[in-house]
Amino acid sequence: MSPKKKKPGDPTPEVGAATDIAPVGRGQSKPPHERTADEDLDVVDWEKVAAMGEFKALLAAKRRFILPATIFFILYYFALPILVGYAPELMKTKVIGSVNLAYLFALSQFFMAWIIAALYMRAAGRFDGMIAAILTRLKKRRR
Amino acid sequence: MTTALLLFLIFIFITLVITYWAARRSSGASAFFAASRRITGWQNGVAVAGDYMSAASFLGIAGIIAYQGYDGFMFSVGWLVAYLTVLLIVAEPLRNAGKYTMADVLAYRLSPRPVRAMASLSTLTVSTFYMIAQMVGAGALVTLLLKDSGISYQTAVIGVGLLMIVYVVFGGMLATTWVQIIKAIFLIAGTVLLSILVLAHFDFSFGNFFDAISRVTYHDKDGAEVTKDFLTPGLRFKPPYGALDLISLGLALIFGTAGLPHILVRFYTVPDAKTARVSVVWAMVLIGSFYIMTTFLGFGAATIVGRDFISKNGGTNMSAPLLAQALGGEIFFAFISAIAFATILAVVAGLTISASTSFAHDFYTNVIHHGKERRPGEEVRVARITAFVVGAISILSAILLGPAANVAFLVALAFAVAASANLPVIVLSLFWKRFNTRGAVMGLATGLSASIGLILISPSIMTIDPATVTGAARHLIQADPLFPLENPGLLSIPLGFLGAVIGALTGRREPQAEAKFAELLVRANTGIGAEKAGGH
Repeated sequence: MSPKKKKPGDPTPEVGAATDIAPVGRGQSKPPHERTADEDLDVVDWEKVAAMGEFKALLAAKRRFILPATIFFILYYFALPILVGYAPELMKTKVIGSVNLAYLFALSQFFMAWIIAALYMRAAGRFDGMIAAILTRLKKRRR
Repeated sequence: MTTALLLFLIFIFITLVITYWAARRSSGASAFFAASRRITGWQNGVAVAGDYMSAASFLGIAGIIAYQGYDGFMFSVGWLVAYLTVLLIVAEPLRNAGKYTMADVLAYRLSPRPVRAMASLSTLTVSTFYMIAQMVGAGALVTLLLKDSGISYQTAVIGVGLLMIVYVVFGGMLATTWVQIIKAIFLIAGTVLLSILVLAHFDFSFGNFFDAISRVTYHDKDGAEVTKDFLTPGLRFKPPYGALDLISLGLALIFGTAGLPHILVRFYTVPDAKTARVSVVWAMVLIGSFYIMTTFLGFGAATIVGRDFISKNGGTNMSAPLLAQALGGEIFFAFISAIAFATILAVVAGLTISASTSFAHDFYTNVIHHGKERRPGEEVRVARITAFVVGAISILSAILLGPAANVAFLVALAFAVAASANLPVIVLSLFWKRFNTRGAVMGLATGLSASIGLILISPSIMTIDPATVTGAARHLIQADPLFPLENPGLLSIPLGFLGAVIGALTGRREPQAEAKFAELLVRANTGIGAEKAGGH
């Protein structure tokens, strides 16, 4: 299907034009006129970026949050089927009126997921700042 | 009954208008496959929720809770917590380093052709099986809900199939996304309303509600009256294998969601990784609220409608609609029924577009034609044809299987394949420098065959039915199951990981792949070089 006609003088880049195909993958690179601004930044010495102190700090910061968070949510989640499966009598304990421990623990999983998501959003804001700093530094380097 | 039909026709009309609008706006590959990457965070979040909350969750979960109480709620929990895997590990790197499919990320450092071929096979398997389950469900529902309106199972299946083809072929990802959004809003609205009515029935007293749940009375299959505490675990997952099955189910949900192709493609429709992250959080808010409300739907059906009545009026899947009928009369019954149809329609459209994208982008362009389009627009044209073929195959299989077919295991299979084949290779290719082509191909192949193989010898396929069960509802193999669990995840996920690691370690090292690791790392973590939102 050919791209729709553009209004004369319309500066919008043509996205999804015929050439817009599979640029990722080994050994293929986009022709220069298709690169995004970021790609033009530094066509790109990936090794150099990967070796930047700021980039390493970003990875370390992400790891410091994501790894413990992942381990925690997996342990917390699997505690539920394990307890329900292997300690059913304990989980049948009534806590509030007719509501038992099994139901309350299951319900708490929802709040656990939401709280981790909220904490991650806050941490990710910090990561975004670090990424922006890396991009600014790369831009400066090119000028 | 005609009210349900009318409401459904209104939904069809709205979605067709959207498709017309989307078809006029979109042109080109990025528009067709990724809605020009201009979907906003909340929109994509609602659409992810819509893609995820299928008829299996709306009708299925309400039914399982109504019949088996607490154990059904365990599904609800896993379905939400699974999104933490998506949020923390998969969504952002995928958006940053890929273009249209998960295979883009896998093929990034590795030999593209074998990796894409396997990834595409896995995607098509997941999508097609999932879709057949949805289509059979759609047809069966129609025969139950609209039994007085003269619409047969065949008509319903063909109608749903044709509509989904129209959405995808003409409207592409933009139309599919908006169909998803509208459906999700209706579904949440219906669920909130139903939950409020359930609480109102108990005079807005949680105490009364939970007291009723702890004393549910029904007749078992021998006709004896039993009273059970439905908040007690173990009504579905019974010894000796119940506990293991529960853990296995949890594994499949937690690791499978982040490997479901129709969820992953959604993250390519937003402008950048940050928006992808925001959309996961939106999805988590909606999905979590929805699954908490399954408490009211399921337990409400158990206490207000009762198992005996549900069994006489269509069985488990009718629990939610019958609850609506009991609380809100015919109009509300029609409303909930129409939502159920809309749900199925939207989910099959989402599945169709992810299957077509994978076939056209991964298999046709990149495997057969080495990543080159021979004619402009060829990739999109192939995707449209694929959508048509996929639609036709699902219509035919759903008609051949018939409304009574026992297809619930197909959904379990889809999650198992996603968790055992897709997720291990996505994670390893993102985080392990030494990972290579052989590892990816072996991981995908092992995960895929282990899931399918184990399901084939599981109780879902191998069970001796009593003589009262007839026709398509009978299990395929009348023998005792060789593998005792319904969910193969406990075994197939480690096998998938093991296959990938052994493949990588026994294959030759790929200096080129290892050299590109730095590039992938930088791209995945910073978004440098990721394709931006397009103009129109």
